[in-house]
Amino acid sequence: MAELDSIQKRLLAEIADLHTVPEGAYNIRSNSASAGRRSTANIEISSKEDVSGLDIRIRPGTKNESVHIPVVLTESGLTECVYNDFFIGEDADVVIVAGCGIDNCGNQDSEHDGIHRFYVGRNAHVRYVEKHYGSGEGRGKRILNPVTEVYMEEGSSAEMEMVQIKGVDDTNRMTTAELAAGATLVVRERLMTHGSQRAVSGYVISLNGGGASADVVSRSVAKDDSFQRFDAKIVGNAPCKGHTECDSIIMDRGRILAVPALEANDVDAALVHEAAIGKIAGDQLIKLMTLGLTEHEAEEQIINGFLK
Amino acid sequence: MLELKNISFNVADEGREKEIIRDLSLTIPDGRLMVVTGPNGGGKSTLARLIAGIERPSSGTILMNGEDITNEGITERARRGISFAFQQPVRFKGIQVLDLIRLAAGKPLSLAEACKYLSSVGLCARDYIQREVNASLSGGELKRIEIATVLARGSSLSVFDEPEAGIDLWSFQNLIEVFQGMRAHIRDSAILIISHQERILNIADEIIVIKDGRLTRQGAREEVLPELIGTAEAVSGCVVSQEVI
Repeated sequence: MAELDSIQKRLLAEIADLHTVPEGAYNIRSNSASAGRRSTANIEISSKEDVSGLDIRIRPGTKNESVHIPVVLTESGLTECVYNDFFIGEDADVVIVAGCGIDNCGNQDSEHDGIHRFYVGRNAHVRYVEKHYGSGEGRGKRILNPVTEVYMEEGSSAEMEMVQIKGVDDTNRMTTAELAAGATLVVRERLMTHGSQRAVSGYVISLNGGGASADVVSRSVAKDDSFQRFDAKIVGNAPCKGHTECDSIIMDRGRILAVPALEANDVDAALVHEAAIGKIAGDQLIKLMTLGLTEHEAEEQIINGFLK
Repeated sequence: MLELKNISFNVADEGREKEIIRDLSLTIPDGRLMVVTGPNGGGKSTLARLIAGIERPSSGTILMNGEDITNEGITERARRGISFAFQQPVRFKGIQVLDLIRLAAGKPLSLAEACKYLSSVGLCARDYIQREVNASLSGGELKRIEIATVLARGSSLSVFDEPEAGIDLWSFQNLIEVFQGMRAHIRDSAILIISHQERILNIADEIIVIKDGRLTRQGAREEVLPELIGTAEAVSGCVVSQEVI
């Protein structure tokens, strides 16, 4: 693996818990170039020829293997658009860890737009973890616009954990999924914005086959003058179950707009949406203060727990 | 030792001042288990909240070991060793029982040490330690966890606001045993329990009666309890079970 500097290593630790070269297949992208790659017998990573990005092919039946594809940006003013396609073979059971860390010390904006497409084969299971993180004192913005498309065949299942806790100035996230019969999708999103950050997160989940189910839960905290918008749409085109939930804490002058949408096109589609936005409850602060915490420490504990 | 001197507490009620606590003076010496009883709405819970610093008195002073703490906030008083168990325990999303007990202890606590506090309030520690302190727990379970956080603090004054409220009969018996255990190791600390349950009054060293915001009676259990038996200030028999765990 090419030498990474300390900032790049710190970003890798933040987004992928990576301190050394990961086990299994990986591709580390640093400042628009590959800093290391390994394919395994069952997982083949290759560069795309027409656009920037990777094809990741996981053989049918591959079990208990992982793929890490972290991205780090430390050059100010860098803008990139990357297409990564995951082909997950039938009956495979794998973990995919992605994520992007941007450290921008300069005055020009740095932007990473990642388009991830997942083709999940019949009865395959995938766990996908994506963390986004920004740091650096420069005036240039740290911008991340991830697009995630998930195409799920019969009986497949996917768990997706998407986390963006700190330092990303502007994000426009769009996730779409199409589920065939018996497919199951679980999404857990954790989002925190501060300063004058702006985050938009949209979902369109189409439940196209009988017995398909989706559960999308977003927990978010908007601090300072930040703004978040959560658009979650579930479309039930067959006998199916869908649930979305947006649970948010607002602080300071933060603003959150939750826009739930349910579309039932089948009489046996059971769709539920829940949304709750509010400040930290006063009795929660008081309880932790009676344990000896200051008000600020109590707030931190409540938020850490909420976003855990 | 905690001393309340001439404490009054007023609130605005439809544009008029309403007195909740009137010129109340009380000393809570170390080494004592004191139980405060009295009719509902008489000011008992307000007294507990004034001691914890959640409310500030309109007039009067509060001294702890001789030092004036009247103007100190909740955090400062907690750091001086005042603990407060809520009548209605608070729920948190994401915070686990273990987190809460560690925060209460104020120091790194091993899993085994944290479990010890749960076991002492009659909860099977293994089943609860990783649970979130959220709406999935029943009122009785939350109440016991609340008491475990007070035990973990090792306070010099532990205040319990109606610890029996919302718990079932079995837990109630367990609760009495917890308080008896605390009483046995009281040493340089004190316990103040707000309750009108006869069985809790029965383990008091001293009983205090508060009515209409005033302290109307104070004395040793042997003297005061016989006067209260059969009145609303000393309810006997079954606890009104609001929730069965």
